[in-house]
Amino acid sequence: MEGDVVQMGAYIGAGLACTGMGGAAVGVGHVVGNFLSGALRNPSAAGGQTATMFIGIAFSEALGIFSFLVALLLMFAV
Amino acid sequence: MAEETEEGGLVFHPMDQFIVKPLFGDGPINWYTPTNVTFWMALAILCVVALLVLGTRGRAVVPNRIQSIAELAYGFVYKMVEDVAGKDGLKYFPYIMTLFMFIVFSNFLGLLPLSFTTTSHIAVTAVMAMAVFITVTVIGFVKNGAGFLSLFWISSAPLVLRPILALIEVISYFVRPVSHSIRLAGNMMAGHAVIKVFAAFAAVVAIAPLSILAITAIYALEVLVSFIQAYVFAILTCVYLKDALHPHH
Repeated sequence: MEGDVVQMGAYIGAGLACTGMGGAAVGVGHVVGNFLSGALRNPSAAGGQTATMFIGIAFSEALGIFSFLVALLLMFAV
Repeated sequence: MAEETEEGGLVFHPMDQFIVKPLFGDGPINWYTPTNVTFWMALAILCVVALLVLGTRGRAVVPNRIQSIAELAYGFVYKMVEDVAGKDGLKYFPYIMTLFMFIVFSNFLGLLPLSFTTTSHIAVTAVMAMAVFITVTVIGFVKNGAGFLSLFWISSAPLVLRPILALIEVISYFVRPVSHSIRLAGNMMAGHAVIKVFAAFAAVVAIAPLSILAITAIYALEVLVSFIQAYVFAILTCVYLKDALHPHH
């Protein structure tokens, strides 16, 4: 019975951890949206900045991946 | 692991595809046992060799298809290293090219049905990320000596803030290999698990057409993600390399 409670807690925690992915989604959307609005104002400078955009995406996405990792750890490692 | 449910729901577990199995027989897995990981990694390396060595063997002035793909890949990575890490980063171009080609082929081979994605395992990506981390740290100290530590001491910030910023910078420096490896493994694992979840829904007659459409769409997305993640891994290596070569902000 006690083990069941622990497992229930782990599963609920895994589900809650997934809300962090929403934050990553907002972050990535913010980066790309701002890049696009900047790129439409000055299209000639946009080409040189795509690498910077991808770096920004990668950094904000990392935090979403961390929450995914926490969910996986709760599911399989705890 | 595969279990039939009564409503005909999930007939296989979406994480089953990531199990490491011995290639021959069912014996225990030791470090020398050839497993499916070994097989698909070897295949990825074979593909890279086939593309880059056999593809450019002809050295035609007007390249054929395979040679132009090899030249495009080379030029793409070369330009990326030059743009991000600078001219003096080009010395480390072979390393980044190796990483990029290996990851891109591991990711693409993992998209074949019934295949195994080696880069979906954190053990594989962690080795690559730790190698990058150690290499970059050693390069930083060899090139700049103790000056490399100025990476953590931001001289443009107000003096009061500098210790706090230094603490944050040190933490973010040591989190780098973690995020570097988990980003790739997590993206690959999550994408493939989503495909498998929708594939399991295809067994339910009522939503089968919808789920097959969804698989097609997600597969297309995964092809894109496979490339972008290899690109991101390589470009972040370039960024870290730039930090090591020029630690002054």
